[in-house]
Amino acid sequence: MIVSPPRTHADLIPQLSHQRRRRERRRLQIVAALAALLIAGGVLTLMVGQSTTPLHVVLRVLSGEDVPGASFTVGTLRLPRMTLAVLAGLSFGLGGAACQTLLRNPLASPDIIGITAGSGAAAVLGIVMLQWSGAAISVLAIVGGLGTALLIHALAWRDGLSGARLILIGIGIAAMLNSVTAYVLLQAPAWSLQEALRWLTGSVNGARLGQALPLLTALLTFGSLLLVRSRDIDALRLGDDKAAALGVRLGAVRLQVIIGIVGLISTATAAVGPIAFVSFLAGPIAAWIVGPGRPVLVPAALVGAVLVLGGDYAGQFLLPNRYPVGVVTGALGGPYLLYLIVRMNRTGRVA
Amino acid sequence: MTAILHIRRVAIGRPGWLALALAALCLTAVLSVTVGTRAVGWDDIGAALTGGTETIGQAAVALRLPRTALAALAGAALGLAGAVMQGVTRNPLADPGLLGVNAGAALAVVIAIAYFGIDTLGAYVWAGIGGAGAASCFVYAVGSLGRGGATPLKLTLAGAATSIAAGSCVTAVILGRNDIAGAVQSWQVGGVGGATFTGVIPMLPFLLVGLVVGLLSARHLNMLALGDETASAFGVRVPLARGAALVSAVLLCGVTTAICGPIGFVGLIVPHLCRLLVGVDHRWLLPLSAVTGAALLIAADVLGRVIARPAEVDVGIVTAFIGAPVFIWIVRRRQVRDL
Amino acid sequence: MTGSSLSARNLTAGYGDRTVLQSLDLDVAKGGITAIVGANACGKSTLLRTMSRLLVPATGQVLLNGKSIHHTPPRALAQRLGLLPQSPTAPDGMTVADLVSRGRHPHHGMLSRWTAADDAAVARAMTVTGTADLAEREIDALSGGQRQRVWIAMALAQQTDVLLLDEPTTFLDIAHQIEVLDLLVDLNRADGTTIVMVLHDLNLAARYADRILALAQGHLHAAGTPEDVLTSDTVRHVFGLACQIITDPVSGKPMMLPRSRHDRTAPRVMKPLRSVPTKASPT
Repeated sequence: MIVSPPRTHADLIPQLSHQRRRRERRRLQIVAALAALLIAGGVLTLMVGQSTTPLHVVLRVLSGEDVPGASFTVGTLRLPRMTLAVLAGLSFGLGGAACQTLLRNPLASPDIIGITAGSGAAAVLGIVMLQWSGAAISVLAIVGGLGTALLIHALAWRDGLSGARLILIGIGIAAMLNSVTAYVLLQAPAWSLQEALRWLTGSVNGARLGQALPLLTALLTFGSLLLVRSRDIDALRLGDDKAAALGVRLGAVRLQVIIGIVGLISTATAAVGPIAFVSFLAGPIAAWIVGPGRPVLVPAALVGAVLVLGGDYAGQFLLPNRYPVGVVTGALGGPYLLYLIVRMNRTGRVA
Repeated sequence: MTAILHIRRVAIGRPGWLALALAALCLTAVLSVTVGTRAVGWDDIGAALTGGTETIGQAAVALRLPRTALAALAGAALGLAGAVMQGVTRNPLADPGLLGVNAGAALAVVIAIAYFGIDTLGAYVWAGIGGAGAASCFVYAVGSLGRGGATPLKLTLAGAATSIAAGSCVTAVILGRNDIAGAVQSWQVGGVGGATFTGVIPMLPFLLVGLVVGLLSARHLNMLALGDETASAFGVRVPLARGAALVSAVLLCGVTTAICGPIGFVGLIVPHLCRLLVGVDHRWLLPLSAVTGAALLIAADVLGRVIARPAEVDVGIVTAFIGAPVFIWIVRRRQVRDL
Repeated sequence: MTGSSLSARNLTAGYGDRTVLQSLDLDVAKGGITAIVGANACGKSTLLRTMSRLLVPATGQVLLNGKSIHHTPPRALAQRLGLLPQSPTAPDGMTVADLVSRGRHPHHGMLSRWTAADDAAVARAMTVTGTADLAEREIDALSGGQRQRVWIAMALAQQTDVLLLDEPTTFLDIAHQIEVLDLLVDLNRADGTTIVMVLHDLNLAARYADRILALAQGHLHAAGTPEDVLTSDTVRHVFGLACQIITDPVSGKPMMLPRSRHDRTAPRVMKPLRSVPTKASPT
């Protein structure tokens, strides 16, 4: 019944392949547009700040030439800040989108389920109690994030893994870890409340180019770990059972993806603090741009970078006070949450 | 474990558990007055109770008295509010801290300090109640949209996201105002230390109203537990009953947060413990939650005082460390489809 | 495709400490339609999940063409054995064509490109299941029956010679149940696909399956043609239900009529059953 007379499948093939080619073209266009936006934003933040530096001067500084005045503003102040913002944004966006896809829930991003809290607590402990710095902090943050992720995973395991249980347990762990971070920061006499809050929200203030190296390494290592698995991650969206039926090695893929996520998020958190909501926002914004049901990892990474870069610029120059980037992105999260819920309501899907 | 508790429930009965909780409250209160960073002799305590402040010991005890009173009030309020919220939302994970109510209250208080020049505890209370009310409405509205209504997962996620957003706004407000950082800091880490009887007094009318309304809604909560439709079939005016219960919860959390700063997890774990002891009848559950909450918060405060001598650990951190494992235990116990 | 043989040997499986299946041996007819029936919690879904590699058995093995599936690489296995879980979920806003294309996943490695063969497989799957006209619709907007046909189309695009389905007719009204089962018979006849499905409805099982496996408390109680398996004794043992079996005048297959406690005026043929308690004791 109701089955309309099927067209012959010979008719359908060209239609399908045409649609598929159109989709692929559109996807490439979107990625290219996002990349162009990011580059334009990057160049703009190098040019415009308290003072404006002309493009040709920026290019001269970038090529290594010593330009009086501009070398300091562009080379020492703006370039490290821009680099760090872009790298951290890429990491947050990619890690967050992978996490949301893995757990099949737009609300299940690393900053909500406690991975960021774990890295943050470890990093703060290292900085305040052990007086460590640099790469050691990155390593410590990764260890902390990985430990937290494994703990959450272990606690959520009961005859298999349920996304809902994992998210709830993550929130519980995050609450505990956040209180550790707050306690440690308040114990540190040298830290004023303002500095403490800045660290808790995340910021790229006082960035140095040296900080970018661990971030870049992590992005290349862990990012490629995720990207080679992007097809399997995409299959996981159909549910564990269906993905397994399609030949995805659930355990191995999940472990690899978790390591990738934790590596990206932890390194970025160690470098710039837990910039609020970037990993939460990037994936859904990317999904909204590329259209529902399409792979989002690469667009999400680019969106994350645009968010951090734009948020930092807005926090510095567009608002009445100078805010760290985390405050700007954090304030974006609230309205977005509403939008997300409204959208969920319309399509009738429960997060 | 549940089986053993079931036997015990029969053995000592619900009045027995309530009496036991009251005894625990008295015991922790005595501990709270006697134990602290400074060890104090019994004669000093006796003198302090009758108003003496001559020696350092007596002075220390005199400081501990209002602190104990505040911890008891805050604990009772949070315990009761948690039980009421879990009843109203039929959600075992409802807790003022997790659902973002405390964060909302905190944001409102910070805004009040920053932009309205408010610096009295009485005014904090109003701001706190407003913020708590707004945040709980927001989280509940957000969490119950969509198919499936307000599931524990959606509510908790909405609460977590709201907390993060409110936290960011708090940061934004403070960073813009160097002058108020000190006032906010002392309020935020205040906990129950530094309490005075004059500071506690503005809470009392609100707490009293919240307590009475909350306790009176017990019968309605028993019906609401069966679902809205069943409850209205049995003659409960559902919106009214739910509204009254929520108002009491908001009053209780808002006031507590305004005075003590955010304290999480008490509202979550106390009702669960009490449910194991006396079952799901709210007429017993609510009073027992209030008494147990008071005892727990005093105990947490005492623990915070002795655990890191000579420093003190904020009571909110202690409750987070006691509470998070219990939360995880609750989540693990439940079937996936209930989440 | 000519179908593959699927069998279980000494299979014991469960969740954690809880054993659900107890040393089970069974063979699935090559190129046939097999229905698994049984009471709630008798291990039907566990059996299906174990046979499709979702669950690792405690002991014993599942053999596909004589080779243990738990020792076959997942992707290679997914090219031969398809599964439709009980209530699969599609991501928000995904279109039908997109979802059906995902069925090609096991035929692609990490870097391989989409080919004309993939397009052909997807087009065929959609034509056969009558979902071609829905190609650009969103899954969320479809009716239950349409959605189930789309999921079957996806399993079809996978081009496996064995297809396992966990209660493919749940939540469908009777017309859509028939629609889906008819479609499965079409596939079986056209491609020789071996079909194994868990079904709740005994009469539909008898009508559509060549063979029925009746499970009771984790054991295989009876296996054979519908005529062999669907007897009042089996139904009493497996479901604890008194019933009468008649011949379905439409299909000529056996048909089960349950007896209620309230059926006081039973026809004469029911006499021997009168003394049988409604709920037979488990032994």
